[in-house]
Amino acid sequence: MKRLFAPLVVIVAILFVAVPYLIAEAPYESTMGLVQKIFYFHVPSWIAMYTAIAVCTVASALALFGNRKDADAYAVAAAEVTVLFGLMGLVSGPLWGRKAWGVWWQWDVRLTTALLMELIFIACLLVRKYGGPGSEKLAAATALFGGATAPFVYKSVDIWRTVHPKTSVVPELLKGSMPGSGLPFALSAVAFVLLATLLMLLRVNLAKRQMALDELYLTYEDGTV
Amino acid sequence: MCSLLVAVPALALQPPAAQSEFVPAAPGASTEQLPAAPLVIAAYAFVWVAAMGYVWTIGRRLTKVEDDLRALERKAGKAAR
Repeated sequence: MKRLFAPLVVIVAILFVAVPYLIAEAPYESTMGLVQKIFYFHVPSWIAMYTAIAVCTVASALALFGNRKDADAYAVAAAEVTVLFGLMGLVSGPLWGRKAWGVWWQWDVRLTTALLMELIFIACLLVRKYGGPGSEKLAAATALFGGATAPFVYKSVDIWRTVHPKTSVVPELLKGSMPGSGLPFALSAVAFVLLATLLMLLRVNLAKRQMALDELYLTYEDGTV
Repeated sequence: MCSLLVAVPALALQPPAAQSEFVPAAPGASTEQLPAAPLVIAAYAFVWVAAMGYVWTIGRRLTKVEDDLRALERKAGKAAR
């Protein structure tokens, strides 16, 4: 993992320098104009969030049922990264919606369920921080619940009548519905997922150092040192 | 008649149909009323600030943990002697 870190930093830096140029060159959308360019950061931030949710769900299951201490480090790292990228999506979305829909927020199914999913992962972090001894297991259970809601949030726009664009927008874009938009979107999505990976690796390192500190405290208090 | 009275407002209150794909703008399209540039800049700036802010918090927490580890290792070393 440590060997991946430096190359990842370089790749992410290159992508985040190159992608804005490609986004600037991409065509304007017919009804929304310039504000539609928020799409190139808004959707990739949700893709990165879903990547982190997948890691968090698997790691939480391993920590809860497999009793693996190292899985707990990945679970907390992924939960924090989930909240971070969810926040990016929940801020960039209303900025786009203010222009596209005329309102900052709509209590439609996609926006509401996405907000609830974000709150579940914030709850997971609060439980871990303030829940006292053994709260890691409760936090892992909360994260599993949050992970279970993710498919519903994604599919909600296709099931219910909603003002939010449907899931078909991205596949249509990649097929060429807006020539010149597919590549900047794809590269932005890759950049965000790699950034999420990088941040998770950083946070895992912190979690492991914290575990080492806790082990040392216990050993010192036992008087065996 | 009753069903018509219920159906018309129910249909009127439905949100507009969602977009299923993006369509490129035609050349010479009309100008915008609410400026989009501040909204786009704010969205991109927030993403950068949030990511950098998170990296900063990790660095701060890691420094504290490393300091505590070193202090505890020094204490443990003294106790062993």
